[in-house]
Amino acid sequence: MNIPAIHAIYRFEMARTFRTLTQSIVSPVLSTSLYFVVFGAAIGSRMGDIGGTSYGAFIIPGLIMLSLLNESISNASFGIYLPKWSGTIYELLSAPVSPFEAVLGYVGAASTKSVLLGALILLTARFFVPYHIIHPIWMIAFLLLTAVTFSLFGFIIGLWADDFQKLQVIPLMVVTPLTFLGGAFYSIGMLPPFWQKAALFNPVVYLISGFRWSFYGQSDVNVVVSVGMTMVFLLLCAMAVAWIFRSGYKLRA
Amino acid sequence: MSEQATSTPHAISVRGVSKTYKGGFQALKSVDLDIRRGEIFALLGPNGAGKTTLISIICGIVKPSHGTVTADGHDVLRDYRATRMRIGLVPQELSTDAFETVWAAVRFSRGLFGRSRNDKHIEKVLRDLSLWDKKDAKIMTLSGGMKRRVLIAKALAHEPSILFLDEPTAGVDVELRHDMWNMVRALRDTGVTVILTTHYIDEAEEMADRVGVITRGELILVEEKDVLMRKLGKKQLAISLQAPMQTLPEGLGEYALELADDGATLLYTFDVKSEDTGIAVLLRKLGDRGVDFKDLHTLESSLEDIFVNLVRGTP
Repeated sequence: MNIPAIHAIYRFEMARTFRTLTQSIVSPVLSTSLYFVVFGAAIGSRMGDIGGTSYGAFIIPGLIMLSLLNESISNASFGIYLPKWSGTIYELLSAPVSPFEAVLGYVGAASTKSVLLGALILLTARFFVPYHIIHPIWMIAFLLLTAVTFSLFGFIIGLWADDFQKLQVIPLMVVTPLTFLGGAFYSIGMLPPFWQKAALFNPVVYLISGFRWSFYGQSDVNVVVSVGMTMVFLLLCAMAVAWIFRSGYKLRA
Repeated sequence: MSEQATSTPHAISVRGVSKTYKGGFQALKSVDLDIRRGEIFALLGPNGAGKTTLISIICGIVKPSHGTVTADGHDVLRDYRATRMRIGLVPQELSTDAFETVWAAVRFSRGLFGRSRNDKHIEKVLRDLSLWDKKDAKIMTLSGGMKRRVLIAKALAHEPSILFLDEPTAGVDVELRHDMWNMVRALRDTGVTVILTTHYIDEAEEMADRVGVITRGELILVEEKDVLMRKLGKKQLAISLQAPMQTLPEGLGEYALELADDGATLLYTFDVKSEDTGIAVLLRKLGDRGVDFKDLHTLESSLEDIFVNLVRGTP
């Protein structure tokens, strides 16, 4: 195992985050805080509880998940796309680094950033909305699992993309709508029966549901199913990354 | 260094390597090449000849369609960790991490190639390349020549024993070119094997121990530079005449003579390998025919002349 290489990639990526602190951390925390202000403190006070939880507190897990998914994808995709775009990818390809080690470095850094961001958003939410966490260990587990899974997904997007537009297409056109429709702002049980069933095809439902369960003990789907679906998605992403490196797809001629 | 590595005489061995890209373009056609340990090897060839493809295959960036490559006796595909730790690559393009500082970029390279932190070595590399004053500067603020130095520093950060320089002095000024030549020689003196591709023939002529010429994906020649120049080079005797001539003097058909400079110079091409160049007899015969001259000097083929002739001579 090339530990110095994993460390070098990880440190390099983290350094980029701290160099662009406003864009990487401050901006997503600020924009999520606005949701808390508008939907939590302002509108939320006029809405009824959902399953015994105030609306402001109810949306916290969904909003954290919204940021977590977008930032994980964005961090990891940008991390590997940038060297491809600038041409410095030659160095990674000619280095004694296995695909697994490269993924550990890039995805590890992207996940770390996302988890840091999630934690910051959680702390920030305390200023606007009171909340509690029933299963803190599971909350951390869901946070980590989701960050790693979607960082892997972002890594795949970064490898696939050959321009900046493609880099944005999946997060903007797929992930954000799925998150909004995945129960970030409402319980799936509030939908008409047909849409309740349709929502089960949305993988983000399982993530938000499981994460919300760790906070308030209530979920739209069984928490075991949530964990299982997240693991399946993680496995699929890992297999896709392994195939990309083995085949050299978009990396080696 | 492993036993296998020390027992093999070649730093790099390329055997039957071919490369056909997806579009069907065949960049390399069954190339065989051995690079000796500790030499400076210049790979010459016109644009699109396959130089960069060959280097990229050896460094692991491009996969060969056929054939094998070993570095210090290790297969570059099967034993990629061992080979890549030994190899440093300076690419042709100025691909840099624009927003990073010089120090961070070079330190990153060292770590990426599996070496533990060694600030003293990085400092030495930066000082040797006159980059020490710029260590905290962002790469984007540097000139093209300085960026080229940063790429070299990155390639040397992990102390490779084999260094590939793909067009190292493209776009750099004369002073920097000479600095780089000195640096390459200094590296060779420390035992580093250097393989460079270049468009500047004088660069190869100045530095290389051996020269390989590649064109249309085929390695058409590998030779000691001096031997190559002796073997394929020709010498000419330039005779500056007192009075210009319109036609060659009669009775000298056995000599390869030609007129130049509107008849003011008589050129005699002779075989450098021959024991008798025929110069003395020619000069006597010219004197007998009343041809007076004011100056004599010899002209030698440059490596560029040889290269152009070789490349043109291939079908």
